[in-house]
Amino acid sequence: MRKIKFSGILYWIAIFVYVFNVLGIIFTVVLNSLSKNWYTDWFPKIFTLEWYSYMAKEHDLPQLLFATFAVVISVALISLLIGYPAAYIFARYNFKFKNVLLSLLLVPMLVPPMTYGIPLAAMLYKLRLATRISGVILANLVPIIPYVVLILYPFIEQIDVSYESAARILGASRLRTFVKVLLPLTVPGIFTAALLSIVRTIAMFELTFLVAGPKSQTVIVALYYDAYAAGTRPPQAIDALAVVYFLITVTFLLIALKFASPTQFVYRGK
Amino acid sequence: MKKREFLTVFLLLLPVLIYFIFLFIYPFIYGLLLSLTNDEGKFTFANFIKFLSDPWDANTIWITLKIAIPATLLNVLIAMPLAYYMRHGIKGEKLISFLLILPITLGSVFVAEGMLTYMGPNGWLNKILLALKIIDKPYRFTHSYLGVLLALIIQGFPFVFLMLLGYISGIDPTLEKAASILGASRWYIFRRIIFPLWMPGIAMATSLNFVMNFTVFPSAVLLGQPSGPTRVISIAAYQWAFEKFDFHMASAIAIIMGLVELIFILIVMLIRQRFFKIVATSGGKG
Repeated sequence: MRKIKFSGILYWIAIFVYVFNVLGIIFTVVLNSLSKNWYTDWFPKIFTLEWYSYMAKEHDLPQLLFATFAVVISVALISLLIGYPAAYIFARYNFKFKNVLLSLLLVPMLVPPMTYGIPLAAMLYKLRLATRISGVILANLVPIIPYVVLILYPFIEQIDVSYESAARILGASRLRTFVKVLLPLTVPGIFTAALLSIVRTIAMFELTFLVAGPKSQTVIVALYYDAYAAGTRPPQAIDALAVVYFLITVTFLLIALKFASPTQFVYRGK
Repeated sequence: MKKREFLTVFLLLLPVLIYFIFLFIYPFIYGLLLSLTNDEGKFTFANFIKFLSDPWDANTIWITLKIAIPATLLNVLIAMPLAYYMRHGIKGEKLISFLLILPITLGSVFVAEGMLTYMGPNGWLNKILLALKIIDKPYRFTHSYLGVLLALIIQGFPFVFLMLLGYISGIDPTLEKAASILGASRWYIFRRIIFPLWMPGIAMATSLNFVMNFTVFPSAVLLGQPSGPTRVISIAAYQWAFEKFDFHMASAIAIIMGLVELIFILIVMLIRQRFFKIVATSGGKG
């Protein structure tokens, strides 16, 4: 007979308690946003969508979603444009200070946003870029560009360099080699990097919060202000916005997981 | 390196270099200069002195440490045995990892908002604990020190766990097998083989999690008592910057934040080095 391990039971209890509470947190938000007069019962008796229309009216939801997607997509695209060439160089060339440069790039990913966010916000205010969407994009680039480089670098490195050499020997120009050979081979890497950046930027509260103005804030910052001024509107309406945020994040997370492994979400460089 | 090659490397790295200098180095220097000057632009240490001599502000360092250190230790101590147990893979690993990264991806604001309802007086957690007769009246989880600590565990535990798991599953399993065949006990294998090889990962996870916890902001505001026991250093920095519009003071606080983080990481590294020495010398004797 197989021995039931004591440590195994403890393991499952710990995971169960953790997952139970996390799912409890998510389900309460969803149920509360759909409920009316839910206090002492285990589940709400009356369901309603009125909190969603209340929240949409209060927040100018189209504007909020527009700002969010404008920021998130710009950050992903700009990071790819800046990060891809760097990742290519790191993957294909050896040069002095390569390791120094790579470890320097880790720093903006490791330092928490609240620490460098305040001087960064001060600078963006001074340059009159803060409170605009462009300022929010610039601030969010800081942790994302190194992230993109570090995702793409191993991706390009594992592609056999002989494909490129063959194309070059057969007379293709550098640009043609890139467009016809390297780029198609790295499409999965590009998708991974873009999706992971999008997931991260949607959830990036601190930097957006420090730099955004009323017209350039993203959903997560709007949610914070709602929760901060909790007394001024019904909690169900706050949860309705939280559900909108949840749906956007989880959609991108699920697409991202098609390309990336879960551990890449905590990847901070080993 | 040939001239042409050098040019390629330089040109393709240029965008990243520009980004790094203008969006990271320059703001850092700008912040440092702000913190060391007053409104008239004269050099002064007054901002630092003002922060450290005002108990209302200076105290935020202790308040934050009192939240961040227990949270970090709890996360690491809970995650270590779990990662150790899971090191060779486990059933349902994909689903478990997905459920674990969910709170990380959703972020602290969403989790805080959810906790306010879930752990509130009418929330499910209190209902369950009342039904199980563990408590006899609703317990106050939120708007307290405990609320912030719980938020840091919900956010930090999966982060530490996945990181530790990444490191420990990278240790060659044949080392463990070899030691076991040679008759070493599990505890001995853990102490002499796994732990020393795991140490860099533990040090890394501890440092990163502490740094995250030390800069806690939304959880401390939404789930704690931001004008009292959970007035953390980020709140002080934010208030100076955006309520009193004094970026000189705010930058000084940001610099102090960075210094505390640096000191903690140095201490962790020092402890790690000591461990390695002990392992190395006793290993030599054996």
